[in-house]
Amino acid sequence: MRHRNGWTLFSLLALVALILAACGAQPPSGAQPTQPAAAPTAGGKLEMFSWWTAGGEADGLNAMYDLYKQANPGVEVINATVAGGAGTNAKAVLSTRLTGGDPPDSFQLHAGLEVEKYEPQKYLQPLDDLYAAEGLETVFPRDLLTLLKYQDHYWGVPVNIHRANVMWYNKQIFADNNLTPPTTWEEFYAVGDALKARGIVPLVIGTKEGWEAGHTFETILISTLGADGYRGLWTGQTRWTDPKVTQALETFKKVMTYANTDYAALTWSDAAQYLVDGKGAMHIMGDWTDGWFTSKGYTGYGWAPVPGTRGVFDALSDSFAAAKGAPDQANLMAWLKLAASKEGQEAFNPKKGSICARTDCDPALFNPYLQSAMKDWSTDAIVPSVAHGAAAVEKWATVYKDILNTFATTGDVAAAQQALQQACVDNGVCK
Amino acid sequence: MQQVKASTAAAASRPATQWLRKNRDRLIAIGLISPSVIAIAVFVYGFIGFTAFSSLTRWDSLTPDFTLVGLRNYTRLFTIDRFLSDLRNTVTFTALFLAACLAIGLGLAILLDQGVKGEAIFRTIFLFPMAISYIVTGVVWRWLLNPGTIQTGSSGINLLFERLGLGFLKSPWFTDPTIIHIPPDSWPGAWLVQNGFGVLASPRVGISVAMISVVLAATWQMSGYTMALYLAGLRGVPDELREAARVDGATELQVYRYVVLPILRPITLSAVIILGHISLKIFDLVVSMTGPGPAFATDVPAFFMFDTTFRGNNFAQGAAIATMLLFTVALLIVPYLVYTTRTEAEL
Amino acid sequence: MTAPALSRRAPAHRSPRPIRVVIYILLASAALFYLLPVYLLIITGMKSFQEVSLARMWDLPSGMHFDSYAKAWNGKASEGISGLAPNFLNSMYLTIPATLLSALLGSVNGYVLSKWKFRGSDILFPVLLFGMFIPYQSILIPLVQVLQRMGLYGSLPGLIFVHVVYGIPITTLIFRNYYAAIPTELLEAGKIDGAGILGLYRHILLPISMPGFVVVMIWQFTSVWNDFLFGVIVTSRPAVQPITVALNNMAGSYIVEWNVQMAGSILAALPTLLVYILLGRYFMRGLLAGSLKG
Repeated sequence: MRHRNGWTLFSLLALVALILAACGAQPPSGAQPTQPAAAPTAGGKLEMFSWWTAGGEADGLNAMYDLYKQANPGVEVINATVAGGAGTNAKAVLSTRLTGGDPPDSFQLHAGLEVEKYEPQKYLQPLDDLYAAEGLETVFPRDLLTLLKYQDHYWGVPVNIHRANVMWYNKQIFADNNLTPPTTWEEFYAVGDALKARGIVPLVIGTKEGWEAGHTFETILISTLGADGYRGLWTGQTRWTDPKVTQALETFKKVMTYANTDYAALTWSDAAQYLVDGKGAMHIMGDWTDGWFTSKGYTGYGWAPVPGTRGVFDALSDSFAAAKGAPDQANLMAWLKLAASKEGQEAFNPKKGSICARTDCDPALFNPYLQSAMKDWSTDAIVPSVAHGAAAVEKWATVYKDILNTFATTGDVAAAQQALQQACVDNGVCK
Repeated sequence: MQQVKASTAAAASRPATQWLRKNRDRLIAIGLISPSVIAIAVFVYGFIGFTAFSSLTRWDSLTPDFTLVGLRNYTRLFTIDRFLSDLRNTVTFTALFLAACLAIGLGLAILLDQGVKGEAIFRTIFLFPMAISYIVTGVVWRWLLNPGTIQTGSSGINLLFERLGLGFLKSPWFTDPTIIHIPPDSWPGAWLVQNGFGVLASPRVGISVAMISVVLAATWQMSGYTMALYLAGLRGVPDELREAARVDGATELQVYRYVVLPILRPITLSAVIILGHISLKIFDLVVSMTGPGPAFATDVPAFFMFDTTFRGNNFAQGAAIATMLLFTVALLIVPYLVYTTRTEAEL
Repeated sequence: MTAPALSRRAPAHRSPRPIRVVIYILLASAALFYLLPVYLLIITGMKSFQEVSLARMWDLPSGMHFDSYAKAWNGKASEGISGLAPNFLNSMYLTIPATLLSALLGSVNGYVLSKWKFRGSDILFPVLLFGMFIPYQSILIPLVQVLQRMGLYGSLPGLIFVHVVYGIPITTLIFRNYYAAIPTELLEAGKIDGAGILGLYRHILLPISMPGFVVVMIWQFTSVWNDFLFGVIVTSRPAVQPITVALNNMAGSYIVEWNVQMAGSILAALPTLLVYILLGRYFMRGLLAGSLKG
C-alpha cells in the first residue's frame, strides 16, 4: 500500500517532467525576449558580458541598450551577467569561455593592465581603427589614453571613470562636534580622537570582499609618496623597500585603530550604513558610494579627497573590449561606437553614478558630487588604481590585495613590506 | 551477504542453455553499467589526470603552457601565507564540524527516540535546513552573526543576547582574528622551539576562532541530516535487545552505552565520510558568509584555488591546490572505501 | 518487502515525568535554533529597502509588505533588476529530468553492482564512488572544453548532463546499498521462473525500489536545485540560467538590496522546502530501509 503511494508520486513527477519538457520546446510564456524563437533573422546578435546585474549599474547599461536598439533595430541584445565575488564569478566564466572558443562579443574590462590577463594579442581585437575613425584620441584625457594603451594598441573603449580616493563623511556629525574634514593624516588622528571620545566610530570600513583593505592602502600610498612616487611603484621606479612605504604601512596601521572592529564582517556598503545611521563619521571608498547613498535616500553626506591626496585623482575606468572571433562584426563595432559616443556616455553615466571618460559631457546631467569629480578629472594628476585593475597586472594586484587583507588585521609592517617587495620581484618589475 | 555468483556456481551442472543465458545476462550487466563507467573515467579520472598534469606545468596565463617545471608550484604554495592559513583552517573546520554534527545529530536522535509527541514536526524542523542552498545559508548567517561594534551597538545574535539580558554571551564571531595556539613563551612552547618544532608553537598551528562561526552555520545545515541517519539507525535496533538488557538490570543510560551505540558504529562511519568530504570541499558557504576573513581566518583552500585560477589566471598554481585538496580527500576516503569493500567481502 | 515501522509507537519503557519535561525543553530549544534564521529571512523579506539595516534586523517590518517578493519574482526593469520567474522555470526544466535520469542510472548501476557481480566489480564500485569526493572547482576548465566539443556547452541539456554524470557516484552508492539488503533468494525464485537480468529488474526489484528512489530523488533534487558552481560556469546566458545563479545576480555587484534578496532566497528555496516537508517521512523511511548505510 505504502509503496503504491510512492509510485503514484514517482509517476506524477515523471508526468510533470514530461509536460515541462514539452513546454520547453516552445518558448515559455514568462521567458525573456532573448529566446531564440523570437530572434529576428536579419539583425543578428550582440552579446555583452558584464558583472553589472543590479541597481544603477544595470540601469545605466539598460539605457545604453535602449539607444543601441533604436539605432540598430532587429539586433538581438543578449545581456549576459554574472555577479558575485567582486567579479570573480564573472571572470571565471569569462576565462572558461575565452579559452573554450565561445567568447561573448564584448565584455567588461577595467582599463589598464588588467587587459594583460586576457592575452589581448590572442583573444581580443585591437581597436586602433575605431579610435582613428571616431577621433577618440582627442576626446579622452591623455593620462587615460596612456593607461588604455597596452603593447601599442587600444584594446577597450572606456565608458566611465570612477574615483577611488574619496573620503565620505557625515556632515551632521562634523557640524555637531565643530570639526572640519581632515586634509592630512595628522588632522585625521586629531579628528579621530575627538570623535572616539564622543563614542562615534571615526572611520568605517568593511573588508569582507577582500579588496577593500588594498583600496584604502593605495590611497595612503598616494598621500605618502605623491602621484609620481605612487606610479613608480608599479613601474619599478619607486622601490617597495623605500622608507616611505614603511611610513605608509605605519599610517595604515594607525588608521585602522580608528576603524570599526567588525570590519571583517562587513561589505563596503554595510560599513557605509554606519555612516548613514550617524554611528560612523568617515568612510574611504570609491565614488560608487555616491550612487548608493542616493539609492538609500540619504543626503547628509559630504566628500573630500582622502587626506593628503588633494590634486590627485586615483582613477579606475570600466571599458568594453571586443573579443576576437565575434560572429557579427558590424553589430559589435556599432556597440563600441555607441559606448564611446557622447550620447552613449551621457545616457550611461548619470545612472551608473560615474563621470564620463570623455571630457565633453554636459555637467548639467550630473549631480553635485559628480560635477565636482568632473572638474577634478580635468585638472588633477591622474593615477591608476591597483585595487581595481588599472595599475598592475591582475596576478600582482591579487597578491597585493591578499597582503593588505592580512596586514589590516595583523599590523606586521616588516612582514607586509617584505611580501610587497617579493610580489614586485615575482612579477618581474623589481629585481 | 550472498551473491548470485555463489549460487549460480552451484548450479553449474545445468544444461548448456542455462550457461549461455548466464553469460548473456552477464554481458547485458556489463553493457548496462558501461555508460557510467565511461562517463566517470572521462569526467572524473580523466579530468583529475589533466589537473594533476597541469599542476606540474608553467601554465600561468589564459593560453596553456605545458612546459614541465616539476614540483615548483607545490613548493611555492608552502611559502604563501594564505595557503598555510587555509590548511590550518581546514583542519579546524573539519574537526569541529564533524564533532558538532555527530554530537548534535546523535543527541537529537536519542531525544526523538524517546517516544515524544510531535516527532514528525521536530524531524521536519531539524531536517529542513538541508534543503536550503549554502549561498542562502551563508547570507542569513552572516547577518545573524554580524557582531556590530562597541560604538555602533550590537547587531545580529549579539543584539538578541543583549535584549534577552544575556549580554555576557556576546562575541565578535567571525570577525575575531584570534588564533588559539601554544604560546612560544610557555614551557611546552619553549620546549618545542628549542627542539626545532617552533612552528607548532606559532599561529600556523592552532584553532582559528573566527572559523567557529562558519562551523555553526554548517552545523545548522547538516546536523539534521546526521540526526536522520542516527534516528534511522536507532529504529533499526530491535526492541528485544533493549528489553533483554533492561531485564538484566541495565539502566537506560547503560542500555544506550552498551547496546545501542555499538550498533550505530557503521552509521557514524558513513556520517564521518559524508560530512568529512563536505568540510574539505566547503566553498559556497564561506564565500557568501564570511569571505576570506580577517587575515584569512576563515579562508579555505577551495576558495584560494578559485581565486588563484580565475582571478589570477594562474592555472598551474590553482591545479596544484586542487591536487593537494584531492590528495587530502583521498587520504580520508580511500581507506574507507577499502575497508567497506573488505568487510563486505568477508560476509 | 515491508518497510520497518517508521515511528516507534508506545515504547516499552517510559521515562519518568521530570525527564520528559527536560526532553521537551531540549527539543524545543533546538527547534528554536533551527528556526531562528528562517524568522530573519521572512521578516527581512517583508521590509522595504529603507527599513533594512543591521541595527534594526530583529524589528518586525512596518507591515505585511509583499513588494519585495513581487520585485524578486517579476523584476523591476527601471532598477535594473531582472525577475527570478524565468529562471525558476529553467531550474524546473533542469532539476526534474536530471533527478529522474540520475535515479534511473543509479538504480541500474546499483542493481548490477549488487546482484550481478562480475570480476572486478568490487573494485569498480569504490572507483566509481570516489567521483563524489572530488572538489568540482578543480575540473571546471577541462569540463568546459569537453562540453564544448560535445556541443552541449551553454545549454540546459549540457547542465543536465553534468549533473547526471557527477550524480552517478552517490546514486549508485544509495541503490547498491539498498539492493544489497534485499535477499538474493527473491531473485533466485524469479530466475527459476526463467526471467533474465532485465526481467528480474523490472518485475522483482523495481516494484520494491520506491524507498531507494525517494532517497535518491530527494538527494539529487536538492543538490541539483541548489547547485551554483556548475550553473554559473556551464550556462552564461541569462535565458538558460538556473535560479541560484539569478539569485546571486540579484545580489548585485555593488548594491545589495537585502529585502529583495531575502525574498528571492525564500522563493528559490520553496521547491526544496516543499520536497522536504511533503516527502520528509519517505526520506526517513528510505534511510531506515538501509539506503545510506556504509
